[in-house]
Amino acid sequence: MAANQVGRQTITFGILPRLVSMHTIVGTLEGKGPYGGYFHEVLEDDLLGQKTAEKAERQILENAVNEALRKGGLVPQDVQYYISGDLLNQVISAVFSARSLGVPFLGIFSACGTFAQGLGLASIMLQGGFADKVMVATSSHYQTAERQYRYPIELNIQHVPTNQHTVTGAGACVLATEGEGPKITHATFGKVVDMGLKNPNDMGSAMAPAAFATLEQHVQDTGRPPDYYDLILTGDLGRQGLKMLHVIAEKKGFALGSNLQDGGALIYGNDPKVGAGASGAACSAVMTLGFVATQLYQGKLQKVLLIGTGALLNQLTIQQGDSIPTVAHAVAIEA
Amino acid sequence: MKPQEYQALVKENQPPRAIGKNVFLAFLVGGAISAVGQLVLEFVSGVERTTDEAAAVTLAIMILLGSVLTGLGVYDKIAEKGGAGAAVPITGFSNTVTAAAMEFRREGFILGMGAKMFVIAGPVLVYGILSGFTVALIKAVVLGYF
Repeated sequence: MAANQVGRQTITFGILPRLVSMHTIVGTLEGKGPYGGYFHEVLEDDLLGQKTAEKAERQILENAVNEALRKGGLVPQDVQYYISGDLLNQVISAVFSARSLGVPFLGIFSACGTFAQGLGLASIMLQGGFADKVMVATSSHYQTAERQYRYPIELNIQHVPTNQHTVTGAGACVLATEGEGPKITHATFGKVVDMGLKNPNDMGSAMAPAAFATLEQHVQDTGRPPDYYDLILTGDLGRQGLKMLHVIAEKKGFALGSNLQDGGALIYGNDPKVGAGASGAACSAVMTLGFVATQLYQGKLQKVLLIGTGALLNQLTIQQGDSIPTVAHAVAIEA
Repeated sequence: MKPQEYQALVKENQPPRAIGKNVFLAFLVGGAISAVGQLVLEFVSGVERTTDEAAAVTLAIMILLGSVLTGLGVYDKIAEKGGAGAAVPITGFSNTVTAAAMEFRREGFILGMGAKMFVIAGPVLVYGILSGFTVALIKAVVLGYF
Protein backbone atom coordinates (compact mmCIF):
# COMPACT_ATOMS: atom_id res chain seq x y z
CA MET A 1 0.00 0.00 0.00
CA ALA A 2 1.28 3.45 -0.89
CA ALA A 3 2.42 5.79 1.86
CA ASN A 4 -0.61 8.07 1.77
CA GLN A 5 -3.24 5.36 1.28
CA VAL A 6 -5.59 4.53 4.14
CA GLY A 7 -7.62 1.43 3.43
CA ARG A 8 -8.97 0.69 -0.02
CA GLN A 9 -10.24 4.01 -1.31
CA THR A 10 -9.12 6.68 1.11
CA ILE A 11 -6.00 8.81 0.97
CA THR A 12 -4.57 11.13 3.60
CA PHE A 13 -2.76 14.42 3.25
CA GLY A 14 -0.02 14.82 5.86
CA ILE A 15 0.86 18.32 4.70
CA LEU A 16 -2.75 19.42 5.37
CA PRO A 17 -3.63 21.51 2.29
CA ARG A 18 -5.43 24.66 3.33
CA LEU A 19 -8.32 26.58 1.86
CA VAL A 20 -6.59 29.94 2.01
CA SER A 21 -8.94 32.03 -0.07
CA MET A 22 -12.44 31.57 -1.43
CA HIS A 23 -15.40 33.25 -3.01
CA THR A 24 -18.98 32.17 -3.63
CA ILE A 25 -21.62 33.73 -5.85
CA VAL A 26 -25.27 32.65 -5.95
CA GLY A 27 -28.37 33.62 -7.89
CA THR A 28 -31.39 35.49 -6.61
CA LEU A 29 -33.37 32.42 -5.48
CA GLU A 30 -30.40 30.98 -3.55
CA GLY A 31 -29.80 34.40 -2.00
CA LYS A 32 -33.37 34.46 -0.67
CA GLY A 33 -32.94 31.05 0.97
CA PRO A 34 -32.04 30.51 4.64
CA TYR A 35 -28.31 30.30 3.80
CA GLY A 36 -28.30 33.48 1.71
CA GLY A 37 -26.32 35.35 4.36
CA TYR A 38 -23.42 32.89 4.16
CA PHE A 39 -22.65 33.47 0.49
CA HIS A 40 -20.13 36.15 -0.41
CA GLU A 41 -22.13 37.60 -3.27
CA VAL A 42 -25.80 37.39 -4.26
CA LEU A 43 -26.71 38.32 -7.83
CA GLU A 44 -29.49 40.77 -8.53
CA ASP A 45 -29.75 39.53 -12.10
CA ASP A 46 -29.09 35.85 -12.79
CA LEU A 47 -28.13 36.74 -16.35
CA LEU A 48 -25.68 39.53 -15.38
CA GLY A 49 -26.97 41.48 -18.35
CA GLN A 50 -25.56 38.84 -20.73
CA LYS A 51 -27.37 37.75 -23.88
CA THR A 52 -27.40 34.06 -23.00
CA ALA A 53 -27.46 32.04 -19.80
CA GLU A 54 -24.32 30.20 -20.95
CA LYS A 55 -22.42 33.47 -21.16
CA ALA A 56 -23.81 34.43 -17.75
CA GLU A 57 -22.68 31.16 -16.17
CA ARG A 58 -19.11 31.51 -17.36
CA GLN A 59 -19.08 35.14 -16.21
CA ILE A 60 -20.23 34.08 -12.74
CA LEU A 61 -17.48 31.44 -12.65
CA GLU A 62 -14.83 33.92 -13.81
CA ASN A 63 -15.97 36.47 -11.23
CA ALA A 64 -15.75 33.87 -8.45
CA VAL A 65 -12.26 32.84 -9.56
CA ASN A 66 -11.02 36.43 -9.79
CA GLU A 67 -12.47 37.35 -6.41
CA ALA A 68 -10.91 34.26 -4.77
CA LEU A 69 -7.52 35.35 -6.16
CA ARG A 70 -7.99 38.97 -5.14
CA LYS A 71 -9.00 38.11 -1.58
CA GLY A 72 -5.88 35.97 -1.21
CA GLY A 73 -3.72 38.80 -2.51
CA LEU A 74 -2.82 36.60 -5.47
CA VAL A 75 -2.42 37.00 -9.20
CA PRO A 76 -3.13 34.12 -11.65
CA GLN A 77 0.61 33.37 -12.00
CA ASP A 78 0.77 32.49 -8.29
CA VAL A 79 -1.44 29.47 -8.94
CA GLN A 80 0.13 26.48 -10.72
CA TYR A 81 -3.06 24.71 -11.76
CA TYR A 82 -6.72 25.49 -12.28
CA ILE A 83 -9.04 22.52 -11.70
CA SER A 84 -12.60 23.27 -12.73
CA GLY A 85 -15.80 21.72 -13.98
CA ASP A 86 -19.49 22.37 -14.54
CA LEU A 87 -22.58 20.57 -15.81
CA LEU A 88 -22.53 21.64 -19.43
CA ASN A 89 -21.31 19.58 -22.36
CA GLN A 90 -17.51 19.56 -22.66
CA VAL A 91 -17.40 21.41 -19.29
CA ILE A 92 -17.60 24.50 -21.44
CA SER A 93 -18.06 27.08 -18.68
CA ALA A 94 -14.88 25.85 -17.02
CA VAL A 95 -13.07 25.95 -20.37
CA PHE A 96 -14.00 29.58 -21.01
CA SER A 97 -13.09 30.60 -17.47
CA ALA A 98 -9.70 28.87 -17.94
CA ARG A 99 -9.18 30.79 -21.18
CA SER A 100 -9.53 34.02 -19.22
CA LEU A 101 -7.42 32.88 -16.27
CA GLY A 102 -4.44 31.72 -18.33
CA VAL A 103 -3.27 29.05 -15.88
CA PRO A 104 -2.64 25.34 -16.76
CA PHE A 105 -6.14 23.88 -16.78
CA LEU A 106 -7.53 20.50 -15.82
CA GLY A 107 -11.21 20.15 -16.65
CA ILE A 108 -13.08 17.59 -14.56
CA PHE A 109 -16.59 16.17 -14.43
CA SER A 110 -18.51 14.40 -11.68
CA ALA A 111 -21.73 16.36 -12.26
CA CYS A 112 -22.81 17.77 -8.89
CA GLY A 113 -19.92 15.96 -7.17
CA THR A 114 -17.32 17.85 -9.21
CA PHE A 115 -16.32 20.22 -6.42
CA ALA A 116 -15.41 17.42 -3.99
CA GLN A 117 -13.46 15.67 -6.75
CA GLY A 118 -11.59 18.93 -7.44
CA LEU A 119 -10.68 19.41 -3.76
CA GLY A 120 -9.36 15.85 -3.63
CA LEU A 121 -7.29 16.19 -6.80
CA ALA A 122 -5.86 19.56 -5.80
CA SER A 123 -4.87 18.12 -2.41
CA ILE A 124 -3.05 15.27 -4.17
CA MET A 125 -1.05 17.78 -6.22
CA LEU A 126 -0.09 19.74 -3.13
CA GLN A 127 0.74 16.63 -1.11
CA GLY A 128 2.86 15.28 -3.96
CA GLY A 129 4.88 18.47 -4.16
CA PHE A 130 3.68 19.20 -7.68
CA ALA A 131 2.29 22.60 -6.78
CA ASP A 132 2.03 24.94 -3.82
CA LYS A 133 -1.20 26.67 -4.87
CA VAL A 134 -4.10 25.21 -6.86
CA MET A 135 -7.36 26.88 -7.77
CA VAL A 136 -10.54 24.76 -7.64
CA ALA A 137 -13.85 26.11 -8.93
CA THR A 138 -17.23 24.85 -10.14
CA SER A 139 -20.34 26.51 -11.48
CA SER A 140 -23.89 25.73 -12.54
CA HIS A 141 -26.84 27.77 -13.75
CA TYR A 142 -30.53 26.91 -13.56
CA GLN A 143 -31.25 28.07 -17.09
CA THR A 144 -28.29 26.38 -18.79
CA ALA A 145 -28.94 23.09 -16.99
CA GLU A 146 -32.65 23.17 -17.80
CA ARG A 147 -32.04 23.59 -21.50
CA GLN A 148 -29.33 20.93 -21.69
CA TYR A 149 -30.92 18.27 -19.51
CA ARG A 150 -34.62 19.13 -19.60
CA TYR A 151 -36.94 21.55 -21.41
CA PRO A 152 -37.19 25.18 -22.51
CA ILE A 153 -37.67 27.43 -19.46
CA GLU A 154 -41.12 28.70 -20.47
CA LEU A 155 -42.58 25.28 -21.35
CA ASN A 156 -45.81 24.11 -19.69
CA ILE A 157 -44.25 21.57 -17.32
CA GLN A 158 -45.68 20.51 -13.99
CA HIS A 159 -42.73 19.61 -11.77
CA VAL A 160 -42.94 16.50 -9.61
CA PRO A 161 -42.04 16.59 -5.89
CA THR A 162 -38.75 14.72 -6.48
CA ASN A 163 -37.46 17.26 -9.02
CA GLN A 164 -34.36 19.16 -8.02
CA HIS A 165 -33.69 22.77 -8.96
CA THR A 166 -30.20 23.52 -10.31
CA VAL A 167 -28.36 26.11 -8.27
CA THR A 168 -27.29 29.26 -10.09
CA GLY A 169 -23.87 30.19 -8.85
CA ALA A 170 -20.20 29.40 -8.57
CA GLY A 171 -17.67 28.68 -5.88
CA ALA A 172 -13.91 29.13 -6.22
CA CYS A 173 -11.09 28.55 -3.78
CA VAL A 174 -7.33 28.47 -3.61
CA LEU A 175 -5.76 25.46 -1.88
CA ALA A 176 -2.23 25.99 -0.68
CA THR A 177 0.48 24.19 1.26
CA GLU A 178 0.96 27.25 3.46
CA GLY A 179 -1.32 29.88 4.91
CA GLU A 180 -4.33 30.07 7.16
CA GLY A 181 -7.63 28.33 6.60
CA PRO A 182 -9.55 25.06 6.89
CA LYS A 183 -7.41 21.95 6.30
CA ILE A 184 -8.12 19.00 4.03
CA THR A 185 -7.14 15.82 5.86
CA HIS A 186 -8.57 12.94 3.79
CA ALA A 187 -10.28 12.17 0.53
CA THR A 188 -12.29 9.09 -0.40
CA PHE A 189 -12.94 8.82 -4.11
CA GLY A 190 -16.05 6.81 -4.95
CA LYS A 191 -16.81 4.08 -7.45
CA VAL A 192 -19.54 4.56 -10.01
CA VAL A 193 -22.74 3.04 -8.63
CA ASP A 194 -25.82 2.27 -10.70
CA MET A 195 -28.87 0.69 -9.10
CA GLY A 196 -30.81 0.67 -12.35
CA LEU A 197 -32.93 3.75 -11.68
CA LYS A 198 -34.03 5.55 -14.84
CA ASN A 199 -36.08 8.49 -13.64
CA PRO A 200 -34.21 11.75 -14.37
CA ASN A 201 -36.83 13.54 -12.24
CA ASP A 202 -35.60 11.68 -9.18
CA MET A 203 -31.82 11.95 -9.18
CA GLY A 204 -31.71 12.00 -5.39
CA SER A 205 -32.88 8.38 -5.13
CA ALA A 206 -30.38 7.41 -7.84
CA MET A 207 -27.44 9.06 -6.03
CA ALA A 208 -28.21 7.92 -2.47
CA PRO A 209 -26.56 4.46 -2.91
CA ALA A 210 -23.35 6.12 -4.17
CA ALA A 211 -23.32 8.48 -1.18
CA PHE A 212 -23.82 5.54 1.15
CA ALA A 213 -21.10 3.45 -0.51
CA THR A 214 -18.54 6.25 -0.20
CA LEU A 215 -19.53 7.06 3.38
CA GLU A 216 -19.35 3.39 4.41
CA GLN A 217 -15.98 3.03 2.70
CA HIS A 218 -14.63 6.18 4.36
CA VAL A 219 -15.71 4.93 7.79
CA GLN A 220 -14.18 1.53 7.14
CA ASP A 221 -10.91 2.94 5.77
CA THR A 222 -10.33 5.59 8.43
CA GLY A 223 -11.88 3.83 11.41
CA ARG A 224 -13.75 7.07 12.10
CA PRO A 225 -17.39 6.47 13.05
CA PRO A 226 -19.88 8.87 11.41
CA ASP A 227 -20.25 10.81 14.68
CA TYR A 228 -16.53 11.62 14.54
CA TYR A 229 -17.62 14.52 12.35
CA ASP A 230 -19.61 17.52 13.57
CA LEU A 231 -21.26 17.61 10.18
CA ILE A 232 -21.50 15.19 7.29
CA LEU A 233 -22.70 17.26 4.37
CA THR A 234 -23.89 15.30 1.39
CA GLY A 235 -24.52 17.38 -1.66
CA ASP A 236 -26.83 17.29 -3.35
CA LEU A 237 -29.22 14.47 -2.72
CA GLY A 238 -32.16 16.75 -2.01
CA ARG A 239 -34.88 15.74 0.43
CA GLN A 240 -35.80 12.58 -1.49
CA GLY A 241 -32.19 11.39 -1.78
CA LEU A 242 -31.53 12.13 1.88
CA LYS A 243 -34.59 10.07 2.79
CA MET A 244 -33.30 7.17 0.65
CA LEU A 245 -29.85 7.45 2.26
CA HIS A 246 -31.51 6.97 5.66
CA VAL A 247 -33.53 4.04 4.28
CA ILE A 248 -30.37 2.34 2.96
CA ALA A 249 -28.47 2.94 6.21
CA GLU A 250 -31.33 1.47 8.22
CA LYS A 251 -31.50 -1.62 5.98
CA LYS A 252 -27.77 -2.16 6.40
CA GLY A 253 -27.81 -1.51 10.14
CA PHE A 254 -25.43 1.42 9.70
CA ALA A 255 -25.89 4.11 12.32
CA LEU A 256 -26.21 7.56 10.77
CA GLY A 257 -25.96 10.30 13.32
CA SER A 258 -28.04 13.45 13.54
CA ASN A 259 -24.98 15.21 12.09
CA LEU A 260 -25.98 14.21 8.55
CA GLN A 261 -27.27 17.08 6.41
CA ASP A 262 -27.69 17.60 2.69
CA GLY A 263 -26.70 20.77 0.90
CA GLY A 264 -29.42 20.35 -1.70
CA ALA A 265 -32.08 19.92 0.97
CA LEU A 266 -30.86 22.95 2.93
CA ILE A 267 -30.13 25.72 0.46
CA TYR A 268 -33.71 26.69 -0.43
CA GLY A 269 -35.23 25.90 2.94
CA ASN A 270 -38.75 24.56 2.60
CA ASP A 271 -39.64 26.44 -0.59
CA PRO A 272 -42.24 24.15 -2.22
CA LYS A 273 -41.51 25.59 -5.68
CA VAL A 274 -38.18 23.75 -5.94
CA GLY A 275 -39.44 20.20 -5.39
CA ALA A 276 -36.97 18.10 -3.41
CA GLY A 277 -34.37 20.86 -3.15
CA ALA A 278 -31.27 21.80 -5.07
CA SER A 279 -28.71 20.19 -7.32
CA GLY A 280 -25.95 21.52 -9.53
CA ALA A 281 -22.17 21.62 -9.50
CA ALA A 282 -22.32 24.98 -7.70
CA CYS A 283 -24.49 23.64 -4.87
CA SER A 284 -21.85 21.78 -2.87
CA ALA A 285 -19.24 24.44 -3.75
CA VAL A 286 -21.23 27.35 -2.36
CA MET A 287 -22.46 25.36 0.65
CA THR A 288 -18.90 24.26 1.47
CA LEU A 289 -17.13 27.57 0.81
CA GLY A 290 -19.99 29.72 2.04
CA PHE A 291 -21.65 27.93 4.93
CA VAL A 292 -19.17 25.24 6.08
CA ALA A 293 -16.02 27.36 5.79
CA THR A 294 -17.63 30.20 7.75
CA GLN A 295 -18.68 27.79 10.49
CA LEU A 296 -15.16 26.34 10.59
CA TYR A 297 -13.63 29.82 10.85
CA GLN A 298 -16.03 30.73 13.65
CA GLY A 299 -15.29 27.52 15.50
CA LYS A 300 -18.94 26.40 15.38
CA LEU A 301 -17.80 23.32 13.48
CA GLN A 302 -14.48 21.53 13.88
CA LYS A 303 -14.62 18.48 11.62
CA VAL A 304 -16.70 18.17 8.48
CA LEU A 305 -17.03 15.45 5.88
CA LEU A 306 -18.20 16.71 2.51
CA ILE A 307 -19.68 13.99 0.30
CA GLY A 308 -20.22 15.40 -3.17
CA THR A 309 -22.67 13.32 -5.17
CA GLY A 310 -23.15 13.33 -8.91
CA ALA A 311 -25.76 11.84 -11.25
CA LEU A 312 -23.69 11.08 -14.36
CA LEU A 313 -26.55 11.07 -16.84
CA ASN A 314 -26.91 12.74 -20.17
CA GLN A 315 -30.01 13.36 -22.20
CA LEU A 316 -29.14 10.81 -24.89
CA THR A 317 -28.55 7.88 -22.56
CA ILE A 318 -31.81 8.65 -20.73
CA GLN A 319 -33.75 8.74 -24.02
CA GLN A 320 -32.06 5.52 -25.10
CA GLY A 321 -33.36 3.82 -21.95
CA ASP A 322 -30.13 3.61 -19.95
CA SER A 323 -30.14 3.91 -16.19
CA ILE A 324 -28.37 6.66 -14.24
CA PRO A 325 -24.77 5.99 -13.15
CA THR A 326 -23.84 7.95 -10.03
CA VAL A 327 -20.72 8.71 -8.03
CA ALA A 328 -19.83 10.23 -4.67
CA HIS A 329 -16.49 11.66 -3.53
CA ALA A 330 -15.80 12.49 0.12
CA VAL A 331 -13.39 15.08 1.47
CA ALA A 332 -12.65 15.55 5.18
CA ILE A 333 -12.16 19.16 6.20
CA GLU A 334 -11.01 20.38 9.63
CA ALA A 335 -10.87 23.82 11.19
CA MET B 1 -28.31 -4.60 -1.76
CA LYS B 2 -29.53 -5.81 -5.15
CA PRO B 3 -30.72 -3.21 -7.69
CA GLN B 4 -34.22 -4.73 -7.78
CA GLU B 5 -34.44 -4.58 -4.00
CA TYR B 6 -33.39 -0.92 -4.02
CA GLN B 7 -35.78 -0.05 -6.83
CA ALA B 8 -38.63 -1.49 -4.75
CA LEU B 9 -37.51 0.62 -1.78
CA VAL B 10 -37.45 3.76 -3.94
CA LYS B 11 -40.96 3.00 -5.14
CA GLU B 12 -42.18 2.56 -1.56
CA ASN B 13 -40.59 5.83 -0.51
CA GLN B 14 -41.74 8.13 -3.29
CA PRO B 15 -43.48 11.22 -1.97
CA PRO B 16 -47.24 11.05 -2.64
CA ARG B 17 -48.47 12.94 -5.70
CA ALA B 18 -51.44 15.14 -4.92
CA ILE B 19 -53.59 13.49 -7.60
CA GLY B 20 -56.96 14.75 -6.31
CA LYS B 21 -55.70 18.33 -6.08
CA ASN B 22 -53.91 18.09 -9.45
CA VAL B 23 -57.03 16.76 -11.19
CA PHE B 24 -59.19 19.46 -9.62
CA LEU B 25 -56.76 22.25 -10.62
CA ALA B 26 -56.43 20.80 -14.13
CA PHE B 27 -60.24 20.84 -14.38
CA LEU B 28 -60.39 24.47 -13.23
CA VAL B 29 -57.53 25.73 -15.43
CA GLY B 30 -58.56 23.70 -18.49
CA GLY B 31 -62.16 24.74 -17.98
CA ALA B 32 -61.23 28.41 -17.62
CA ILE B 33 -59.16 28.35 -20.83
CA SER B 34 -62.05 26.62 -22.63
CA ALA B 35 -64.51 29.17 -21.25
CA VAL B 36 -62.36 31.99 -22.60
CA GLY B 37 -62.30 30.17 -25.94
CA GLN B 38 -66.10 29.92 -25.86
CA LEU B 39 -66.44 33.65 -25.15
CA VAL B 40 -64.12 34.44 -28.05
CA LEU B 41 -66.14 32.11 -30.30
CA GLU B 42 -69.40 33.79 -29.29
CA PHE B 43 -67.93 37.18 -30.10
CA VAL B 44 -66.32 36.09 -33.36
CA SER B 45 -69.52 34.31 -34.51
CA GLY B 46 -71.17 37.70 -34.64
CA VAL B 47 -68.50 38.93 -37.05
CA GLU B 48 -67.73 35.93 -39.27
CA ARG B 49 -70.31 34.55 -41.67
CA THR B 50 -69.95 30.78 -41.07
CA THR B 51 -69.29 28.63 -38.00
CA ASP B 52 -66.18 27.15 -39.64
CA GLU B 53 -64.71 30.59 -40.20
CA ALA B 54 -65.58 31.62 -36.65
CA ALA B 55 -63.93 28.46 -35.26
CA ALA B 56 -60.76 29.09 -37.29
CA VAL B 57 -60.51 32.70 -36.09
CA THR B 58 -61.14 31.58 -32.50
CA LEU B 59 -58.28 29.05 -32.73
CA ALA B 60 -55.99 31.75 -34.11
CA ILE B 61 -56.88 34.09 -31.25
CA MET B 62 -56.33 31.36 -28.63
CA ILE B 63 -52.98 30.50 -30.20
CA LEU B 64 -52.00 34.17 -30.05
CA LEU B 65 -53.14 34.35 -26.43
CA GLY B 66 -51.08 31.28 -25.45
CA SER B 67 -48.08 32.67 -27.25
CA VAL B 68 -48.31 36.10 -25.64
CA LEU B 69 -48.75 34.59 -22.15
CA THR B 70 -45.66 32.45 -22.82
CA GLY B 71 -43.68 35.49 -23.92
CA LEU B 72 -44.69 37.31 -20.74
CA GLY B 73 -43.45 34.34 -18.69
CA VAL B 74 -46.91 33.60 -17.32
CA TYR B 75 -47.93 30.40 -19.08
CA ASP B 76 -45.38 28.11 -17.40
CA LYS B 77 -46.64 29.35 -14.04
CA ILE B 78 -50.25 28.56 -15.01
CA ALA B 79 -49.08 25.10 -16.12
CA GLU B 80 -47.18 24.50 -12.87
CA LYS B 81 -50.57 24.62 -11.12
CA GLY B 82 -52.88 23.51 -13.91
CA GLY B 83 -50.87 20.61 -15.37
CA ALA B 84 -52.75 18.94 -18.20
CA GLY B 85 -55.44 21.61 -17.93
CA ALA B 86 -52.90 24.03 -19.37
CA ALA B 87 -51.08 21.57 -21.65
CA VAL B 88 -54.01 20.05 -23.54
CA PRO B 89 -55.88 23.11 -24.92
CA ILE B 90 -54.48 24.75 -28.06
CA THR B 91 -52.94 27.49 -25.88
CA GLY B 92 -50.67 24.74 -24.53
CA PHE B 93 -49.64 23.73 -28.02
CA SER B 94 -48.92 27.37 -28.75
CA ASN B 95 -46.83 27.49 -25.59
CA THR B 96 -44.64 24.56 -26.67
CA VAL B 97 -43.80 26.28 -29.96
CA THR B 98 -43.25 29.73 -28.43
CA ALA B 99 -41.21 28.40 -25.51
CA ALA B 100 -38.91 26.52 -27.90
CA ALA B 101 -38.65 29.53 -30.20
CA MET B 102 -37.66 31.77 -27.27
CA GLU B 103 -35.19 29.23 -25.91
CA PHE B 104 -33.34 28.49 -29.14
CA ARG B 105 -33.44 32.04 -30.49
CA ARG B 106 -30.02 32.45 -28.84
CA GLU B 107 -28.44 30.11 -31.39
CA GLY B 108 -29.62 32.31 -34.25
CA PHE B 109 -32.71 32.51 -36.45
CA ILE B 110 -31.86 29.63 -38.81
CA LEU B 111 -30.06 26.89 -36.87
CA GLY B 112 -31.56 27.97 -33.55
CA MET B 113 -35.11 29.20 -33.66
CA GLY B 114 -35.97 27.96 -37.15
CA ALA B 115 -34.59 24.48 -36.68
CA LYS B 116 -35.75 23.90 -33.12
CA MET B 117 -39.06 25.73 -32.87
CA PHE B 118 -40.98 22.45 -33.23
CA VAL B 119 -38.65 20.36 -31.10
CA ILE B 120 -41.42 19.82 -28.51
CA ALA B 121 -44.47 20.36 -30.74
CA GLY B 122 -43.11 18.24 -33.61
CA PRO B 123 -44.33 14.86 -32.32
CA VAL B 124 -47.83 16.32 -31.84
CA LEU B 125 -47.87 17.37 -35.50
CA VAL B 126 -46.35 14.14 -36.83
CA TYR B 127 -48.66 11.80 -34.94
CA GLY B 128 -51.64 14.15 -35.21
CA ILE B 129 -51.38 14.15 -38.99
CA LEU B 130 -50.62 10.42 -39.09
CA SER B 131 -53.61 9.47 -36.95
CA GLY B 132 -55.86 11.92 -38.85
CA PHE B 133 -54.80 10.34 -42.12
CA THR B 134 -55.32 6.81 -40.78
CA VAL B 135 -58.80 7.57 -39.48
CA ALA B 136 -59.74 9.23 -42.79
CA LEU B 137 -58.41 6.22 -44.69
CA ILE B 138 -60.46 3.81 -42.58
CA LYS B 139 -63.55 5.96 -43.06
CA ALA B 140 -62.98 6.04 -46.83
CA VAL B 141 -62.58 2.24 -46.97
CA VAL B 142 -65.61 1.59 -44.75
CA LEU B 143 -67.85 3.96 -46.70
CA GLY B 144 -66.60 2.51 -49.98
CA TYR B 145 -65.12 5.67 -51.49
CA PHE B 146 -62.52 3.59 -53.34
